[in-house]
Amino acid sequence: MFDKTLAELAQGLENGDFSSVELTQAYLDRIKAEDSKYNSYISVTESQALAQAKAADDTRAAGNAGAFTGLPFAHKDIFCTEGVRTSCASKMLDNFVAPYNATVVDKFNAAGGVMLGKTNMDEFAMGSSNESSFYGPARNPWDTERVPGGSSGGSAAAVAARLAPAATGTDTGGSIRQPAALCGITGIKPTYGRVSRYGMIAFASSLDQGGPMTRTAEDAAMMLNVMAGFDRRDSTSMQRDVPDYTADLSKPLAGLKIGLPKEYFPSDLNPAIAEQVQNAIKEYEALGATVKEISLPNTGLAVPAYYIIAPAEASSNLSRFDGVRYGYRCDSPVDLEDLYKRSRGEGFGAEVKRRIMVGTYALSEGFYDAYYKKAQQIRRLIKQDFTEALKEVDVIMGPTTPEPAFKLGEKTSDPIAMYMEDIFTIALNLAGLPGISIPCGQTNGLPVGLQVIGDYFAEQKLLNVAHQFQLATDWHKQSPEGI
Amino acid sequence: MTLKLTPKYQEEAIMALDRSDVERIAHLARLQIDQQDIPEYTENLSNILDLVDQMQAVDTSETEPMANALDAVQRLRKDDVTEENQRDALQSVAPAVENGLFQVPKVIE
Repeated sequence: MFDKTLAELAQGLENGDFSSVELTQAYLDRIKAEDSKYNSYISVTESQALAQAKAADDTRAAGNAGAFTGLPFAHKDIFCTEGVRTSCASKMLDNFVAPYNATVVDKFNAAGGVMLGKTNMDEFAMGSSNESSFYGPARNPWDTERVPGGSSGGSAAAVAARLAPAATGTDTGGSIRQPAALCGITGIKPTYGRVSRYGMIAFASSLDQGGPMTRTAEDAAMMLNVMAGFDRRDSTSMQRDVPDYTADLSKPLAGLKIGLPKEYFPSDLNPAIAEQVQNAIKEYEALGATVKEISLPNTGLAVPAYYIIAPAEASSNLSRFDGVRYGYRCDSPVDLEDLYKRSRGEGFGAEVKRRIMVGTYALSEGFYDAYYKKAQQIRRLIKQDFTEALKEVDVIMGPTTPEPAFKLGEKTSDPIAMYMEDIFTIALNLAGLPGISIPCGQTNGLPVGLQVIGDYFAEQKLLNVAHQFQLATDWHKQSPEGI
Repeated sequence: MTLKLTPKYQEEAIMALDRSDVERIAHLARLQIDQQDIPEYTENLSNILDLVDQMQAVDTSETEPMANALDAVQRLRKDDVTEENQRDALQSVAPAVENGLFQVPKVIE
C-alpha cells in the first residue's frame, strides 16, 4: 500500500479495495513507527485525519467523490491550518494555533483530502538543508546522516520514506525542487501567482510559491489541480483559468525542443551529476526530442540578486513578529523596545536573524539604490535571458542541484556555501517561471534531480515532459534501502 | 563546492561591516543579539554583502527594475466592507489581551 502513488490509491478507493479510514490509519501507524528516524513531521493530526477520512468515505458512499476524495497527504508547516499549530519550524510560532486556513488548505479540504500532519522545514523556509528548524533537522531517507534538502525538507523526506503519498511544499529559491532532487521525488514550483499565497506564512512575497511534492508527475498534476487558481485574497494571484493538469500527460514528445544552458554545466560541476543529467537528456532524445545548447548569460547574478531581494522582503514581512499580536513573547519586558527586541531575538533562530539583518541593511537609508533597486534591475536581465531562450526552445533542462545530498552539519557554519546549493533553482523564482525536478539517476546510492524549466503557465507542458520520462524510466520508482 | 558561474567580481566591496554597523542594523531590525555572537554576525554579513556586490559590476543604467515578472499591477476593488469582524478569533493567539485590546508595557509615564 505504501508504494502506491496517489493515482493508484485513488483507484483503490474507487474500487473499494480499501476505505480512506483504513488507508489513513495505515499511514498514521507507519508515521508512529518510523518517523523517529526521519523527523519529517512537526505535528501529526491523527484525530482530525481520521475524521476527514470518515467524511471522505461518507462522501464516496453517497456517490459524490471527486478525484482527490479520501487521499491522505501532508502539509508543509508553513500553511495556516485552523485549530492546528502552524509553527513555520520556529520557536517564534511554537505556540501559534492558526485562527484561519490558508487558501491551499481550504482547497484540499473542499476536495476531500485527508491531512496526516504538518511537515518539518527550515525555519520560516530559510535554508536548503532543513537544519534551521526549531524542531531539529529532518533526515534524508536515502542516508539519515545526510540532509533532505530544504526548505521543504520534511515534505520531501516524508514522501521518500513513504510516510505520506504526497505533500505540499513552498519554493522561494528552490525549496520544493532542491529537496525533491535530494530525496528522489518529484516537485514542481508553479508560475508565480498560480497558487494562492493567502495563509502561507510569507518569507519573500515576490518569490514565494506553493506547489506539490509527490512520487510522480501524474500525482503532481492531481495535486496541482487542487491547489491552483485565482484567489482574491492574494494580491498577486493571477486571474487566469486553471487547465486540467492531467489532460496533457500522455502527449508524445516527438519534436520537443530542449535547451541546455551552458552555464548549467560548469567545469566544476560534480561529474556524477553531469553524467546522470546527460543520460536523462539522451533518454529524451530517444523519445523524439531535439537538443540545442543555449546561454543564460546572467546565471551567475541570480544568487547575488536573490540574497538582496529575499532578505529585504523577509525583513519587512517578519517585522510582524513583534511579541504583541501572536507568537513568542519574552518574559518580563521592561519597556516596549525591550519587548520587541527580546521577543524577536529569542524567538528567531540564527539564519532568520542573519537574513533580517541583511535585508534591513539593504533597505536602510542610503543603500536602497545600490542594493534593492540594483537587484530588481538584475532580476529583469535574468528574466530576459529566459524569455529570449524560450523563443527558441520549448523547455530548458539541467541539473536541479550542483551535488547530491550532503552531510548534516557540512555547510551550517558557512552560509554562502549553503546559498550556492540553490544556484540552478533560484533564477526561476526571480523570473517567476515554473520548474519541475524529477529523479533522473543516482550516484553512490543518492538520488540526482533533473530540472525542467518552462515558459510562464506552462505547467501542463512540464508535467507532460516529466510524465513521459517516468513512463520510459524507473528512477522515480526507486526507494531507499529498507523502505 | 564553488561554481565558477560568475565571471566578474567587484574590485572592492561597497562596505565591509564592523561591529558598530551590526549593532546599528540589529537595532533597526529590533533584534536583540548576544554580544558574543556579534563577531560571527559581522563576518557572515560582510561575506553576504561581498557576494551580492558582484551585482555592481553589471551596467543596469538602461534597465527598468522588475518587481513582478508578469508586470502585474495591484488589483483594485470597490471600497466596500467585505470582511467580518473576527477580533476574538484573531486575539485568541495574542500573548496578552484585555477588553479586546493588545497589552504592551507602559509607553507613556
